[in-house]
Amino acid sequence: MTKQKAKAYWKENIRYLIILLAIWFLVSYGAGILFKDELNQIRLGGFKLGFWFAQQGSMYVFVILIFVYVRLMNKLDKKYGYDE
Amino acid sequence: MMNSFLFAEGIGVQNWTYILVGITFALYIGIAIWSRAGSTKEFYVAGGGVSPLANGMATAADWMSAASFISMAGIISFAGYDGSVYLMGWTGGYVLLALLLAPYLRKFGKFTVPDFIGDRYYSKTARFVGVICALLVSFTYVAGQMRGVGLVFSRFLEVDINTGVIIGMIIVLFYAVLGGMKGITYTQVAQYCVLIFAFMVPAIFISIQMTGNPIPQLGFGSTIADGSGTYLLDKLDGLSTDLGFAEYTEGSKSLVDVFAITLALMVGTAGLPHVIVRFFTVKRVKDARKSAGLALLLIVILYTAAPAVSVFARTNMIETVSNKPYNKMPEWFKKWETTGLISFTDKNNDGLVQYVANETKNELVVDRDIMVLANPEIAQLPNWVIALVAAGALAAALSTAAGLLLVISASVSHDLIKKMINPKISEKGELVAARLSAVVAVCVAGYFGINPPGFVAATVALAFGLAAASFFPAIILGIFYKKMNKEGAIAGMVVGILSMLFYMTKFKFGWFGGGTKTNWWFGISPEGFGTVAMMLNFIVSIVVMKFTKAPPKDVQDIVENIRIPSGAGEAVNH
Repeated sequence: MTKQKAKAYWKENIRYLIILLAIWFLVSYGAGILFKDELNQIRLGGFKLGFWFAQQGSMYVFVILIFVYVRLMNKLDKKYGYDE
Repeated sequence: MMNSFLFAEGIGVQNWTYILVGITFALYIGIAIWSRAGSTKEFYVAGGGVSPLANGMATAADWMSAASFISMAGIISFAGYDGSVYLMGWTGGYVLLALLLAPYLRKFGKFTVPDFIGDRYYSKTARFVGVICALLVSFTYVAGQMRGVGLVFSRFLEVDINTGVIIGMIIVLFYAVLGGMKGITYTQVAQYCVLIFAFMVPAIFISIQMTGNPIPQLGFGSTIADGSGTYLLDKLDGLSTDLGFAEYTEGSKSLVDVFAITLALMVGTAGLPHVIVRFFTVKRVKDARKSAGLALLLIVILYTAAPAVSVFARTNMIETVSNKPYNKMPEWFKKWETTGLISFTDKNNDGLVQYVANETKNELVVDRDIMVLANPEIAQLPNWVIALVAAGALAAALSTAAGLLLVISASVSHDLIKKMINPKISEKGELVAARLSAVVAVCVAGYFGINPPGFVAATVALAFGLAAASFFPAIILGIFYKKMNKEGAIAGMVVGILSMLFYMTKFKFGWFGGGTKTNWWFGISPEGFGTVAMMLNFIVSIVVMKFTKAPPKDVQDIVENIRIPSGAGEAVNH
């Protein structure tokens, strides 16, 4: 039983990781590098959007991602009784 | 606009520097005496009861080195968009750290990174490979910090660079040897406050001066304050192309290389032992997650302001020097000229400074490292702000140096002596060994600071590459792949490290036949090769694992156990 519980917990954890890391990849490697030229056609005030993602936006998203992760995991720990 | 108090003409830059550096040093020493370490547990992991906020601040100071404080904005100001690799690379790694490493390593609950490698892969060989990597990475890194300390002392207090390095050594020695991780943690909290204040004050001043916006992160995307309505970045793009440089917001590196360097820096960041070990100091797994988030938040304050400083500094510098008469150059220009970090040769004898991309016509060489240090002077900010930057740079360099020294001393006293050479050593004996190895490490670091090997700059990139090629895959597989065995992990680490060393020495030092940019594999620079070496590590590990014995049952149980966050307990000296 505990083994099944641990398995289910781990599965949900992995799902969160995949979603969060997909966003991590999109804002930095996607918006800041691979699609920067396309995004640079769009302006955000004085910034070209691709440049902004590379030097500002990606970093803000990184911080948000970690705090979202902290919240999700705290909830998950509670759900499975692993919190302390 | 700024009143006369702020200028405080009566007290010169040098006296202000003595005052501010003196106060901050007294503070660090006071904290060290207050938080002496009495046990190995306090020495290695600060007793394991650090609050998430304190650990976040300490991690931020630990992480932000002389390179972040002094060099990064300067590098970006010359590289423009290409400099983004450092911004994304050195922050994105924290996402990996928070999601993939920190919580599990905290649950595992040991003292060092080689501890994890050695126990998870049930092998002394694996532990030894881990120790070698930790020492290699940390020593290359710490030499650069000592050099930064010397640079700041020599410029601002006008002492000789070597004297500066020695003063820095004594300070670090004092609180690292006395306080261990406990002393370091609380001095790093103070150092974070000093360095962030010192970085942000001039950034805010200059942002107001140039754009009227007090928030530098917004300021560099605003219009310039002369009422013309031109955006600052557009102006800088124009200035850059006029002088023959690439457009500031476009850059000139190839896409694949930018991609590879960013990934190598991210993965390297997540694999650096002095950063990982900070997460052993908190109480619970959830504290490890939270303090990773806080650390990144505190780091990002500086990292998002740095590219703004780069733009301000670059624009200011071009406007101050380009096509202006050499004999009318401001005072800071002459001062930095005497340190050799600015050099001017009047190639066409017209008495004007020609600063252009074309190397045969360019007359001005500016060292990238001085951009942050000289920036307040270029913008004619008050003396105390200039002195503050010196205190901040010292805080950044000292905090990182101390964190690295601790990794070195723990690797020697805990992993090498206690775990491999003399397991019967007493708690007291181990503590003495830890302190002695810290002393030796400081002396070696000081030696490299005074006699920097020519390859320091190259080896910092190597440090990230090595961490990416060795620790990162071994730890990730150790947590997420229960069936990974010692044969696979050791083979992977060895292949990863060796391929990284091979590529680096081939293209940086010309060994193995050398080569130039055109010979790079897949167009990837040595700085970005950590990405390839990391992938090699993953592939070799998995292939070797498939043909060798599965890990013993108890090791598989350990892996299942570290995936569950509760019951982390305290780090134990088993």
